[in-house]
Amino acid sequence: MENYIVEMLNITKEFPGIIANDNITLKLKKGEIHALLGENGAGKSTLMSVLFGLYQAEKGEIRKNGKKVTINNPNDANALGIGMVHQHFKLVEVFTVLENIILGVEPVKSGFLEMEESKGKIMELSEQYGLKISPDSLIEDISVGMQQRVEILKMLYRDNEILIFDEPTAVLTPQEIKELLQIMKDLAAEGKSILFITHKLNEIMEVADRCTVLRKGKYIGTVDVDSTTKEELSRMMVGRDISFSVDKEESRPGEIILSIKNMTVASKTHKNNAVRNVSFDVRAGEIVCLAGIDGNGQSEFVYGLTGLEKLVSGSISLKGKDISKASIRERSASGMSHIPEDRHKHGLVLDYKLEENLILQRYWQPKFQKNQFIRFDEMRNYAEDLIERFDIRSSQGPTTLARSMSGGNQQKAIIAREIDKKHELLVAVQPTRGLDVGAIEYIHSQLVESRDAGKAVLLISLELDEVMNVSDRILVIYEGEIVGELDPKETTTQELGLYMAGAKRNTEKETGHAGE
Amino acid sequence: MQGNNNSDKPKYNFKRITSHPGFKSLGAAFMAVFLGLVVGFAIMLIASPGNAISGFRFVLLGGLRRLGDVLYFATPILMTGLAVGFAFKMGLFNIGASGQYTMGMFFALYVAFMWDLPGSTHWMVAILAGFLGGMVWGFIPGIFKALLNVNEVITSIMFNYIGMYLVDMWIQNNSIMYNSSMTRTRYIDAGVQIPALGVAGSNVNFGIVMAVLIAIILYIVLEKTTFGYELKATGHNKHAAEYAGMQGKRNIILTMVIAGGMAGLGGAFAILAPSAIAGSSMTYEPINIIAANGFTGIAVALLGNAHPLGTILSATFISYIQRGGTLTSLVGFKPEIIDIVVAVIIYFSAFAMIMNSAIGRFIKARLGKEEDKPLLEIGEEPVEEAEPQNEQETEKEAE
Repeated sequence: MENYIVEMLNITKEFPGIIANDNITLKLKKGEIHALLGENGAGKSTLMSVLFGLYQAEKGEIRKNGKKVTINNPNDANALGIGMVHQHFKLVEVFTVLENIILGVEPVKSGFLEMEESKGKIMELSEQYGLKISPDSLIEDISVGMQQRVEILKMLYRDNEILIFDEPTAVLTPQEIKELLQIMKDLAAEGKSILFITHKLNEIMEVADRCTVLRKGKYIGTVDVDSTTKEELSRMMVGRDISFSVDKEESRPGEIILSIKNMTVASKTHKNNAVRNVSFDVRAGEIVCLAGIDGNGQSEFVYGLTGLEKLVSGSISLKGKDISKASIRERSASGMSHIPEDRHKHGLVLDYKLEENLILQRYWQPKFQKNQFIRFDEMRNYAEDLIERFDIRSSQGPTTLARSMSGGNQQKAIIAREIDKKHELLVAVQPTRGLDVGAIEYIHSQLVESRDAGKAVLLISLELDEVMNVSDRILVIYEGEIVGELDPKETTTQELGLYMAGAKRNTEKETGHAGE
Repeated sequence: MQGNNNSDKPKYNFKRITSHPGFKSLGAAFMAVFLGLVVGFAIMLIASPGNAISGFRFVLLGGLRRLGDVLYFATPILMTGLAVGFAFKMGLFNIGASGQYTMGMFFALYVAFMWDLPGSTHWMVAILAGFLGGMVWGFIPGIFKALLNVNEVITSIMFNYIGMYLVDMWIQNNSIMYNSSMTRTRYIDAGVQIPALGVAGSNVNFGIVMAVLIAIILYIVLEKTTFGYELKATGHNKHAAEYAGMQGKRNIILTMVIAGGMAGLGGAFAILAPSAIAGSSMTYEPINIIAANGFTGIAVALLGNAHPLGTILSATFISYIQRGGTLTSLVGFKPEIIDIVVAVIIYFSAFAMIMNSAIGRFIKARLGKEEDKPLLEIGEEPVEEAEPQNEQETEKEAE
């Protein structure tokens, strides 16, 4: 045996109608960071769930230190020293950091909790690995980054030596990502073995030692990261070449489509306004990106813009028409398309069929109803047309339940619906969140195509790469205010990061004019 | 579940059928009913071991002797069932069917006693008045919900009592309607009663025909119109409905008004039903009791899976069991015991929703293993970002 700490050999896991893992082999060396790369639905999560005991494989075996083991549930995994940080944290919001870490393995003396002892151990671990935490704060009061550190400490506190990170950077700010990657390196240096699930190639190149690639349930290969390139990895992942830079011509901005003046929107969670005095224009034929770290008022801004929320003050005009007080339907009908941030909450009725979802914004138009009766034949034809043109894949075509579709195809359905609808302005809010590079490439090309067709595109994004690659103009939002306007061709990600973190601003605070 | 190993063809077809959502909810309803009957029988055994079997035979088969009555008693609970089920499609729990029913009944009575209208228009107008009364009583919780976001369960429960006390008060204060020596309403003229269908010894009347037609109309509204599309979308995901520019507030009010109208019609159908005894009529006794038909409507809607056509079946079934139950007094069962047995059956029917998925899973577990290529049914995977376990994609890959 080599020094493999975990070997998953020839794992096959089937679900009704699909083979999620088809004869997959993954070998983890002690002390390495091993990336697991694949598109959405490639079987990464299934494979890790098999290792963590959430699923049992039909075929294949798992070995630890060369010995065959059976893992029937997460407790077995824990006993073998396997820990996992889930993409959505498993923390009790109203408990303290300390209470969350010891939850399940509380030290008890004659029926009473003995917190002090464990607190000592936790602080020791925290120092050893540079995981800064405040043990007595409540989870709901601390940042997402710290919550993640709590999850990591939970694994360390249980003396886990094999750490699984499931897309850990999806929820973090660029600065926090940097810190996390450093922490992972430190953990590996201390002898922990790390499995790192991701579809972000930059992060793999930065921290991973080796990388195993899965594609559609099949094992594609394992490569040394040092001797490969991003292009190579992405080709392995999607099976074709992917362009990272978005192909687009110089923008040719036309007339002003959207004009926002001194817009202020209240916050639902606190007393201050979430969006304060924001003014800017978007012209036909340009992609303007509103960049910022999550929670700086972007969501509220979009709610105010699309009519989901009332404005406190300010005005919005679309093609010269004031729509500040217009209803959602009126805004939509006068040319605003909206790809919402949360496709499950706003974008889709998950229990409706695909075809019903595709007419969600248009069912009331004469094309789709006659005397208030839905024209089912038109609906079906239209759905088939969109499915073909936008390559929306699903198991049962127009009659597939939206719930059973993959995230990428759900998003494609929304994009098809919003782009095909007559519009002048396309508001795309984090349109690529949680999607793999293939889908991201597709969505970016759709945005550019929309721009080239003379539409105004307003993109709201948290991803630095997306901001830099796709937009023609960048506006940075920080704490509800526009703090800078940047030209993506002249600025750097570092500079953009500083603006997003509020360390720099180039517009006057009071007037809020975005450099027009 | 026998015979699924024998040959490939029928197994596949069986699977096809069982994966249809309509089958699942029907199967669940039957399962609920079956369990309810088993427990009901157990209760009868405990209450009176010697008579349990003959009594239970009455419960099961007694209704057959009184099919006319089964339909007659099914009419009002079909309407209250529709009242609950229709609102449920929008995600509203209309527990106020009872108050709406009572209000509809009063409006119908008022027209019957106080207005003078020629010929058969009288009963028709009285029915419309009942419709209106129920709509008013649905409108108020609807307004509270839509404009002030007050939970409709709370308001509609309160309006059950408000409606009932108001109606009792109005009736007792009206000597034209109220016969104080009998402590109930006077007999309604035969001309205001709904025409009977002519089944001997039964009060079954044209009301059941109208009720079934209304159920079919509701079905068409829900499944074929833009209003139904909006209503169900709101019920499934009100955020997406709002995002799509649907007028949620208007729809909430409209739904509650329609639901209330259904229950109100139930009240009108019940009180305007013809009497088999010449010279008499249905009467109402204002004794401060909330109408039970309103609550039975909840069970009817649950058992019918809130589907208008399913509700026709479930209302008929519950009425059937109740009719059979009353006959068990012939073998010495106390009416209370029968109420318990019927309540148990109805109670189990509330589990229909849960069994809905349980049955599907059971059948899938049984048949799924041997299937080569089963129909895709992915919704059960607990996936956040929906791992796309997508047949087409895999096939594409295989090329």
